[in-house]
Amino acid sequence: MKHRFQFTGKKLIRMALLLLGVSIVTFLLMCASPLDPLQTNVGQVALGSMSPEQVARLEEYWGVDTPPVQRYLGWLGDFLHGDMGTSLLYRQPVLTVIGQRLANSVLLLIAAWVFSGILGLILGVAAGALRGKWPDRLIRGYCLLISSTPTFWLAILLLLIFSVWLGWFPVGLSVPVGVAADAVTFADRVRQAALPALTLSITGVANIALHTREKMIDVLESDYVLFARARGESEASVILRHGLRNVSLPAITLQFASVSEIIGGSVLVEQVFSYPGLGQAAVTAGLGSDLPLLLGITVITSAIVFAGNLIADLLYGAADPRIRRGAARK
Amino acid sequence: MEPVLEIEHMSVYFTQYERGIRRRVLPVIRDLTLSVEAGKIVAVVGASGSGKSLLAHGILGILPYNSHVEGEIRYAGEPLTKERSAKLRGKEIVLIPQGVNYLDPLMKVGAQLRKGSRDERVRRQTSQALQRYGLGRETEEMYPFELSGGMARRVLIASAVTGTPRLIIADEPTPGLDVRAAERILGHFRELADEGAGILFITHDLELALTVADQVTVFYAGETIEVASVEDFSDVEELRHPFTKALWRAMPEHGFHPVPGAQPYPGSREKGCPFGEQCSASTSECRETGQIPFREYDGGMVRCLHPGKEASL
Repeated sequence: MKHRFQFTGKKLIRMALLLLGVSIVTFLLMCASPLDPLQTNVGQVALGSMSPEQVARLEEYWGVDTPPVQRYLGWLGDFLHGDMGTSLLYRQPVLTVIGQRLANSVLLLIAAWVFSGILGLILGVAAGALRGKWPDRLIRGYCLLISSTPTFWLAILLLLIFSVWLGWFPVGLSVPVGVAADAVTFADRVRQAALPALTLSITGVANIALHTREKMIDVLESDYVLFARARGESEASVILRHGLRNVSLPAITLQFASVSEIIGGSVLVEQVFSYPGLGQAAVTAGLGSDLPLLLGITVITSAIVFAGNLIADLLYGAADPRIRRGAARK
Repeated sequence: MEPVLEIEHMSVYFTQYERGIRRRVLPVIRDLTLSVEAGKIVAVVGASGSGKSLLAHGILGILPYNSHVEGEIRYAGEPLTKERSAKLRGKEIVLIPQGVNYLDPLMKVGAQLRKGSRDERVRRQTSQALQRYGLGRETEEMYPFELSGGMARRVLIASAVTGTPRLIIADEPTPGLDVRAAERILGHFRELADEGAGILFITHDLELALTVADQVTVFYAGETIEVASVEDFSDVEELRHPFTKALWRAMPEHGFHPVPGAQPYPGSREKGCPFGEQCSASTSECRETGQIPFREYDGGMVRCLHPGKEASL
């Protein structure tokens, strides 16, 4: 058990360094951004009609005059005290905004993550087991097609087909239009999230299925599968007993690594579906020069992605007997 | 005694795609003839890359999908069809592979040997088989990576005797073992043969083969080139094929003379004797004949137009 705590400890230190790096890079990119926060958020015309005092107050609000190093250190100091600042655009604490947005996105993200993982694994195993036959060609063709399709374009296509032509799903937003907030049911939320979740899943499946297929082929060509066949194990037994077992370890890594892709994809997909989630907030913060919010979102999502990878590593140690028993003996 | 296994004119072909487009059929085993009697150990000796393992896989019917087999394989007098070998493999026809990487790294040894069966009888047979080779209950709970090299080898042999094997194919079962350990393993084979099983012992080590086998079949570039009894190897003059003679001379106690040249790559040769390039007795006939027949000669078999002719190497 001790080795696992040590391992986790090391990883957490690494995570702190990573988050520091991510926040610095985000901050520098924001500084390098050609967007002028005043022009973007107040507008050229409104600025022109303001008195110099008003403009100066606005400049102070957006932090235009403060030197970058001072701004960053100020943010970092507060962050270390647990204060992520106040969003300049939403005029609410960053943590509150992220909390609300994440609550909206979480249904979408988890649905897409679970669905793409399970379907990707099934398709990958099937394609690997039936290598070269028509189901394999079909699955591979689908995966390559989807992988080479931009996510936002796919989102628009699905929106066009299922919402506009068929009318099965709403066009956007996370709750139905014209319904009081407390009258929104869970079923409503699911219906609103279905299409964006589907878009994210379809994209996620391709990557997982292709990787699983490769691994499955490796396993089926391995010496131990050859020996299993030589000992009269049926093809079904070979695939279910040896194939799935040996594919499951890389599948864990793959599944948790896909957290980053799902979150990344959600930025585009939420934009297309006008879904008020974390991804959309990231876009708004980025374009609106809302530095505290953008830094907050990047740090939180990086932490989620890192936590996903950490969980994968820990699960790996628990699932692989070579690590579990090997480390226990030391 | 009736042979357990008879192979006549067996050829194995692989279909390959060159640069992804040109289809090419590659003969990896050509015109192989071999027989194994019950209670006997027949060694198949050949360099690596001569197609020995494919011979084992061909008999078991587990060659990869891009291959096909021609010729006749008979087991216990009846043709060994794909369906029949599927039914018999793991029960009457068993494979003993090379090493620990033939065990699933993520499955406990006991579970692997039981092949997923929860039957109490299978459980008992498995532990008996392991016990026979000095492996206790605790071995069943181990993962392959926890086995030592020698233990792994014994587990693999035990896997063969969980059933009642009549034909045992041992594919290089002793690599990396010192002579004493290897001889101990081979002693297990002798024991199994004495219990009535026929054993096909595939190896690259002629010296080792001679310590245990009753008969030796020499394999070269996918062809059987000679069948000789172990006694024939006591004198080089008794051997028939120039390559066998060269192998004999390469043995440490016979001067350690290396075999000249290298074995041709499968498919690189259209016709003629595969050893023709390296044989000092080769004639234009040797190079022109399409497929040199494998024939009875001087109490054994040989695939050579001028067998026994002393080739001064």
